[in-house]
Amino acid sequence: MERGAKEKNHQLYKPYTNGIIAKDPTSLEEEIKEIRRSGSNKTLDNTPEFELSDIFYFCRKGMETIMDDEVTKRFSAEELESWNLLSRTNYNFQYISLRLTVLWGLGVLIRYCFLLPLRIALAFTGISLLVVGTTVVGYLPNGRFKEFMSKHVHLMCYRICVRALTAIITYHDRENRPRNGGICVANHTSPIDVIILASDGYYAMVGQVHGGLMGVIQRAMVKACPHVWFERSEVKDRHLVSLKKRLVSGHFIVSCILGTCINNTSVMMFKKGSFEIGATVYPVAIKYDPQFGDAFWNSSKYGMVTYLLRMMTSWAIVCSVWYLPPMTREADEDAVQFANRVKSAIARQGGLVDLLWDGGLKREKVKDTFKEEQQKLYSKMIVGNHEDRSRS
Amino acid sequence: MGSRSSHAAVIPNVDSIRRETGFSQASLVRLHHRFRALDRNKKGYLSRMDLQQIGALAVNPLGDRIIESFFPNGSQRVDFPGFVRVLAHFRPVEDEDTDQDPKKPEPLNSRRNKLHYAFQLYDLDRDGKISRHEMLQVLRLMVGVQVTEEQLENIADRTVQEADEDGDGAVSFLEFTKSLEKMDVEQKMSIRILK
Repeated sequence: MERGAKEKNHQLYKPYTNGIIAKDPTSLEEEIKEIRRSGSNKTLDNTPEFELSDIFYFCRKGMETIMDDEVTKRFSAEELESWNLLSRTNYNFQYISLRLTVLWGLGVLIRYCFLLPLRIALAFTGISLLVVGTTVVGYLPNGRFKEFMSKHVHLMCYRICVRALTAIITYHDRENRPRNGGICVANHTSPIDVIILASDGYYAMVGQVHGGLMGVIQRAMVKACPHVWFERSEVKDRHLVSLKKRLVSGHFIVSCILGTCINNTSVMMFKKGSFEIGATVYPVAIKYDPQFGDAFWNSSKYGMVTYLLRMMTSWAIVCSVWYLPPMTREADEDAVQFANRVKSAIARQGGLVDLLWDGGLKREKVKDTFKEEQQKLYSKMIVGNHEDRSRS
Repeated sequence: MGSRSSHAAVIPNVDSIRRETGFSQASLVRLHHRFRALDRNKKGYLSRMDLQQIGALAVNPLGDRIIESFFPNGSQRVDFPGFVRVLAHFRPVEDEDTDQDPKKPEPLNSRRNKLHYAFQLYDLDRDGKISRHEMLQVLRLMVGVQVTEEQLENIADRTVQEADEDGDGAVSFLEFTKSLEKMDVEQKMSIRILK
């Protein structure tokens, strides 16, 4: 199974084109011209004018977004082209054949009765070792030995956890791995991202405080290594200050936990705080192949433990990690532009769709500036630029 | 075996919806999934707020008009059948639709009904006519602040004049249809749902 997954992983990650509806990526101008052209037999010159049929464009575009829009889609799981025998990824179930159902039943048996206990045992080992190990290391006096032990405890435990999930990870460009004094920024799909990255390098992490089991782990980890955990609504300034101190002392930081959890097929805007610091940014792109198990976590639907169980009862989590060359903020760009640049680099590498929308859109309304742009484009078509105002 | 229920069973009255809208069962399941995704608080119906939360719709200049079309007769909620009924206007026209039994009601995605949907977007007070004033208001929605009042009035006047045949200063649905008779409405007002 592992070999098969590795082979599949080498296929190109084509941009996610599946949706409910077929869309043509044409511009406002082209489409309205098309509509006008099909409605009249007079030759279309470029004189700006209004036609009753123009409304069709906005009408259809609007309806398309009601049926299927990028953001709401990003917040629900991907759909697979062929079924992978996991009922949770099958939205359009119709009873197909007895044979398929039998296969599915067998799959359930294997996954729940054979794989799951194995994985739970491993996970249990990994987590307890992590908690115990980091607590013990915490008692050591600060110094190089502590660093050394902390690093190895972290790495070992994360590697065990990776095995517990049967995560099959392909690393690309490992020469670009983050170095001391830099910030590692990645697109964020689920807490599993952390495990995947942390099993390949020793990071001090920045992230949100969680309750429950996660909280216990977080509190233990922070004894051995100076991670930063904060509340989502807290003002980040003082954390930025401590981040800066951290950088000077030579740790590097994973800041991928700063965004809201989103579906793996796109990259949301990063919180600009991490980009204001002025350190070198090492972008990392993580892309999951949904073929063997869907790693998406819908935080409003499932709790952490349910989510982990879902992960452990899938066939495997297959993903690719690309380490991109380091980037630094240029003199003439501000934090937001820099953030966008990093985001695009990550999206391009992972074949993910680059979205303009902020992850905060899930909780807020959108600005009017985008609407104005559409209105500007359309106005040009019906009244032209200011120079052509001689007619009418 | 077959212990899981088909998702279509979750949709109430799925057969009558299917007959009314012409959507296939698979399409209805997907649209129901979509309906549930939009219905954030799991109320079982959609309010204007739910639709306004769609970012890409909020930046559509006619977004509000489109949202209005889901709430006819002053209602404040739209349930799944109502939701699908509006979307059915955009179903592509297939061959089976054209040789309909004349006794059956016209399918929602007929040319006439598609045109009627577009007509409704202009007809703000739903009186069956697009007055010059209404044309002006809709135009204003589409251009925002980019065009002066004078220019817009000229455009509205000209458009109403060109389409108006009986000289009542407003465009009725018949006149609207006539002015768009050469338009390939079926293609322009259709959205194809993927299998």
